[in-house]
Amino acid sequence: MTVAAGIKTLKIDDRDFSARAQETILDVARQNGIFIPSLCELKGLSEVGACRLCLVEIKGSNRLFPACVTPVEEGMEVTTNSERLQRYRRSILELLFTERNHVCSVCVSNGHCEMQTLAQKLEITHVRFPYRYPKAEVDASHQRFVVDHNRCILCSRCVRVCDEIEGAHTWDLKGRGIHVRVITDLDEPWGSSETCTGCGKCVHVCPTGALFEKGRSVAEMMKRRQFLPYLTLMREDRE
Amino acid sequence: MTPEELIEIAEAEREAQSEYAHTFNVCVAAGCLSCQSQSVKDALDQEIKTHGLEHTCRTKGVGCMGLCSEGPLVSTEKGTLYKKVAASDAPELVESVEVGPVSRLVCPTDMPFFQKQKKIVLENSGVIDAERMEDYVAAGGYSGLIQALTEMTPAQVIEQVTRSGLRGRGGAGYPTGLKWSTVAKAQSTRKFAICNADEGDPGAFMDRSVLESDPHRVLEGMLIAAYAVGASEGFIYVRAEYPLAIKRLRTAIRQAERLGLLGGNICGTRFSFHIDLRLGAGAFVCGEETALIASIEGRRGTPRPRPPYPAQAGVFDEPTLINNVETYANVPMIIRNGGDWYARIGTEKSKGTKVFALAGRIQNTGLVEVPMGITLREIVFEIGGGIPDGRNFKAVQTGGPSGGCLPGQFLDMPVDYESLAKAGSIMGSGGMIVIDDSACMVDVAKYFMDFCMTESCGKCIPCRVGTYQVHELLKRITGCESTPQDMSMLQELCDLLKTTSLCGLGQSSPNPVLSTLRYFADEYKAHVEDHNCPAGVCGNGSGGAR
Repeated sequence: MTVAAGIKTLKIDDRDFSARAQETILDVARQNGIFIPSLCELKGLSEVGACRLCLVEIKGSNRLFPACVTPVEEGMEVTTNSERLQRYRRSILELLFTERNHVCSVCVSNGHCEMQTLAQKLEITHVRFPYRYPKAEVDASHQRFVVDHNRCILCSRCVRVCDEIEGAHTWDLKGRGIHVRVITDLDEPWGSSETCTGCGKCVHVCPTGALFEKGRSVAEMMKRRQFLPYLTLMREDRE
Repeated sequence: MTPEELIEIAEAEREAQSEYAHTFNVCVAAGCLSCQSQSVKDALDQEIKTHGLEHTCRTKGVGCMGLCSEGPLVSTEKGTLYKKVAASDAPELVESVEVGPVSRLVCPTDMPFFQKQKKIVLENSGVIDAERMEDYVAAGGYSGLIQALTEMTPAQVIEQVTRSGLRGRGGAGYPTGLKWSTVAKAQSTRKFAICNADEGDPGAFMDRSVLESDPHRVLEGMLIAAYAVGASEGFIYVRAEYPLAIKRLRTAIRQAERLGLLGGNICGTRFSFHIDLRLGAGAFVCGEETALIASIEGRRGTPRPRPPYPAQAGVFDEPTLINNVETYANVPMIIRNGGDWYARIGTEKSKGTKVFALAGRIQNTGLVEVPMGITLREIVFEIGGGIPDGRNFKAVQTGGPSGGCLPGQFLDMPVDYESLAKAGSIMGSGGMIVIDDSACMVDVAKYFMDFCMTESCGKCIPCRVGTYQVHELLKRITGCESTPQDMSMLQELCDLLKTTSLCGLGQSSPNPVLSTLRYFADEYKAHVEDHNCPAGVCGNGSGGAR
């Protein structure tokens, strides 16, 4: 195979781009400063295509495609920001707000929450669907960290980082449908988890205030993810 | 196992059977068992003994005869069918072998329920003993496999299946031959063939019945498929709620292994195939192929985005063929009689027959196999015998929670994949629920949405929260406390679910709502505008009758 065979050219929002064959639409868009919203995707972790916010249109198909898992193809024409897509994205995010108890004013992540930022960017001023107001737990049994299920959006980043990067697989999901929630070990308190190494990677990949460090004020609870690209890069080198 | 040995087994079995002048075939599939057919069989055995007829008369436990509503069913070698047989009828039945049928128990077999059917998949159901492999072999079983292995190349097998026009019976109707050739072309030394027996639609029991009545037919179909695509390992993913099907499958696998039809170097060829059972733990979503694969691998049964399709990367990332029970059950006959023979049955784009489970407000509840292209009216009113209790037909629901409700205007529509899809429903796996005029269609839609909500895996946001919100809306509408805005919100959320959900469960979950909105809009209107349920089903404030 020649080098050129591994390179694809495509159009995103009427602009021409080239990309490596293995790259996804989202990769190419990011490299070129095109904004596609996403919540479950995080560079360095495996993709799950679950939040459905990065759906894009591809010319020639009526279906929508999740940009995070759709590889580029030669001659592809992608639209990332049509009115239809904006409408779906707003609805999905609104649904997410109704699911649990997202009250920004009392949240430690206020001001640096990915969900909040996204809502502002998508110009969501109010939520049209009725709120559920579920009774959700807060588990503060861990020495350094807290999980507040009221703010969890089930993006499963914590599950993936713990399994794929730390190798502990402390986190997992339990239940079905609207009753799904993240658990530590076999649904035991985080503090008594025997597999948790206390590395805190889950806290720092969490897009909202569902996972946070104890003793941090709102201004201090910044999520630091520098470790993720670094670790991924080091591992790629070793392979 | 050579072809000659197989013929020997068949002949020995036929001879053994011909020693008995009289046979009582007692249905011992789940439907009749649940109305005590086992005690009927035991009583008949006992009675035969007391009459000293052990050498001329016998009983045989067979699979489903179809007319489940009239069970327990017993048939004789002369073709007489007895319905609603009780253990206390045994003496009379045994005495009747010399004098003629017991007229008070006879179920006429000249009615459309029996006459209008065409049996391919259910050919042996109600005829052979599901727990005896010899009986299947005597009925011509495994000759298709031997033929494929000894006379045909894998490409020729695929050619026949392609020519037959067989399409996936799990619901979506993907061309089987095309699927097989995709997996056959995939480059890998290790491939899998999977049988999806995770039947979960409410009111559907086709796959259960096939597995309970004729498990070897499914094994034979899988073996032929595995040979065609080059798979060496297989899984049957069957739901744990089907204990009898599991038991009979286990027996069948053991028998086939003992005879050398399953395992290494089958029939002295280089072809090897092993089958393992995997039991589902009660999740509807595990019928979705990628979730099913995750479950087989021992992970949480949630779907993943496709591509890559299982044909490229399935179980343990190896090329994998997934077909439904009924699809595999069609294969032996296609090989035996040729693809062209099969293609002569059915319509232009939907070939062959389809098994339907008739349920709901219908006279003849049970299992039927009909050629594609038959009309809904023939199924509901002729085969099904119409609506009981002098009620009127209102709708027929096909395809379970992914399907839709079709009103009377579609009764003369031919039943095939395209027509059903055009009318806003789907073929689905074959559940057919008949609804009479005592039902409220909004309530029906709510029932199916409740099903989808509780069965959503919770992975993607539209399905997890969307089904909940739609169900809440339907609760408000059936509670006669909704506003006109709720209706536009309902439309919007249904569109969102359909377009943005990750897997088929979410994408098709609004179908029952959309089809009832389309054909029974006045019922929604009555609930929303007049706060009144025309059928008198929905209550005020409590969120409906259910």
